[in-house]
Amino acid sequence: MTNSFFTAQFFDQVVLGITPILLAALAGTLSQTVGLFNIALEGQMLVGAFAAVAGAHFGGSLADAVILAVLAATAFSGLLALGSAVFGGNDIVIGISLNLLAAGLTSFLLRSLFGVSGTFSDSNMPGLPRLHLPWVSQLPLLGQALGEQNALVYLSWLLVAVSAGALRFTPWGLRVRGVGEDFRAAVSFGVHAQRHQVVVTLLGGALCGLAGLQLSLGSLTLFSENMTAGRGWIAVAAVMLGRARPLLVLAACALFGFSDAVGLRLQGQGLPNQITDSAPYVATLVALIVAGLRQRFRIVPQPSPLPTPQPEASRSAP
Amino acid sequence: MSSASVAISMRLAPWLGPLRSMLRLGGSLLLGFAACAGIALCVGIDPRLMLSAWLKGAVEGPQVFETVARSMPLVGMAVAAAVPLRAGIVNLGADGQLVLGGCAAAIVALYLPVPAAVRLPMALVLGATAGGAYGMLAALGELYARVPLLLSTWLLTYPAKGLCGYLVRAPLRDPITAWPSSYRIEPAARLPQLLHGTPLNDGLIIIAVLAMLVVLLDRYTAVGYEIRMRGLNQRFALYGGVALGRQTLWLMAASGALAGLVGAIMVLGSQYRFTDGALTAPQYSWSGMLAALLAGGEPLGAVVAAILFAALQTGGFAMERSVEIPRVLTMVLESMVILFLAMRGATWRRLR
Repeated sequence: MTNSFFTAQFFDQVVLGITPILLAALAGTLSQTVGLFNIALEGQMLVGAFAAVAGAHFGGSLADAVILAVLAATAFSGLLALGSAVFGGNDIVIGISLNLLAAGLTSFLLRSLFGVSGTFSDSNMPGLPRLHLPWVSQLPLLGQALGEQNALVYLSWLLVAVSAGALRFTPWGLRVRGVGEDFRAAVSFGVHAQRHQVVVTLLGGALCGLAGLQLSLGSLTLFSENMTAGRGWIAVAAVMLGRARPLLVLAACALFGFSDAVGLRLQGQGLPNQITDSAPYVATLVALIVAGLRQRFRIVPQPSPLPTPQPEASRSAP
Repeated sequence: MSSASVAISMRLAPWLGPLRSMLRLGGSLLLGFAACAGIALCVGIDPRLMLSAWLKGAVEGPQVFETVARSMPLVGMAVAAAVPLRAGIVNLGADGQLVLGGCAAAIVALYLPVPAAVRLPMALVLGATAGGAYGMLAALGELYARVPLLLSTWLLTYPAKGLCGYLVRAPLRDPITAWPSSYRIEPAARLPQLLHGTPLNDGLIIIAVLAMLVVLLDRYTAVGYEIRMRGLNQRFALYGGVALGRQTLWLMAASGALAGLVGAIMVLGSQYRFTDGALTAPQYSWSGMLAALLAGGEPLGAVVAAILFAALQTGGFAMERSVEIPRVLTMVLESMVILFLAMRGATWRRLR
């Protein structure tokens, strides 16, 4: 049983499932560290995925796809920055409307630019090529999963380390954490708090653009309406579970990638796909419940795990 | 300032707040339409043509009935979203509750071995119960395991949609249909038509009565006052003795029950069978959520906004036919209006 279940292909699917969620969750981690609650990850990813396909189709090269995906998602996150960091609007309301705006706008453009509804695919579009790392790809079971991914997958792992290090050890990271900890105190120390919030939101947009790129050109080359299918929300859950620490968030994302692949595998073994498709969402819920119960029955009660925007309470002092 | 002008400004004072919010609302709507006109220009269509087709398509001739028929589910979902939103709680799981309600109603109406006249009310009640129980489940998750409602409601939609999708594919499947759906409900167990020759059914009356009830409860009862207080300031409500946990539970149950009832009415009154995706594809729950956000959770405002959105969506079909602009533009407009409104900030800061 274990032999037929955990194949090389299974672990490949785990890594493929993790990558877009991880990139979006990094964006969410940065946002939460700077004191903004970003639930528009879903919409930014969708915009990125659409822009990547538009770039690949009309521009014809991979570089066009990457540039357009990052630019479009960053521009879209500009709306979030404007709304919640500059005007100080409610980030939940802005997040919900941005997600719906992204869904509507991409379906609209799909129909008016490509003339199709539902799914657009074009066999001439360049996808992200898989690399072959010299020694790693020779590993027995994990060779394909760890050694033969596209560049974006490796970039996402690198970005986890970079963001963890940048937040922990650089002056910029200290300021970002300070703004999230106490906005007014940061201002009183002479930090441009609002500017940091805007920059971090835009950075998150770029990360979500990459997540969308991975989704639409990573393993298949197509765009379909609402193709993010809740991954942005799973990323929000991952940020919460990982308490906005990049490495813990990576662990949470791994859990979802794993359950996603298990669902796919069970489907291959005859379970109806309507049931197995909900595996990652149910796994997310179970993880949230377990984390919540652990908090609840702790002897010294911790503050609520709910990501509260301004007074950042759930993180301990650096 | 003279005493006379003070008296005048005192008299005007209660009107200034609503006036300002009406102006802000109008401004957001105008901005939204302007942005849509801009989008139309970008894809090479005369925006004046688009706007006239859009607005005429909503109210011209028999289209009025279409608008009224469409406002039934929209008003229902808007009230379902507004009930918890009034207390600052966002229910993102209306889709799952809607689908479960519709599916439960179809099962009762098709398989319960009692006379059809009894099956109809039972199907409505059980549809609402299914949705309400599912909404309550999310609330229990927050109360006992501290899973934020914002996430749990959303995540719970997927298993609900998956379960119902599976049910109409395997055990309940009517083999003659092309798309996975249940058997057709017999005429005696359907909701009667309200006006012959129009798509209106008795569900419209049920939803109208319930919406009115919610408005009255909100304005004139202690329960409504407690909910509003919580929306304004949760700590104050707690200090005043409101049992927040129990209130969350009942608000989510009410919201889910309304969504489930809308699903049951759609199945029993116009679709006559439960078809996979037929309830969620028109995105009633999202438009309802946006309508509730537009009104800031105030139920009467949410109803008005929902009717406005229903008119815009009906007009969208006409627009798609005559000037070939995809009607998804309606969704773009709706979400942009909320976005512009939320960007203006201050009123919404409370929801945090």
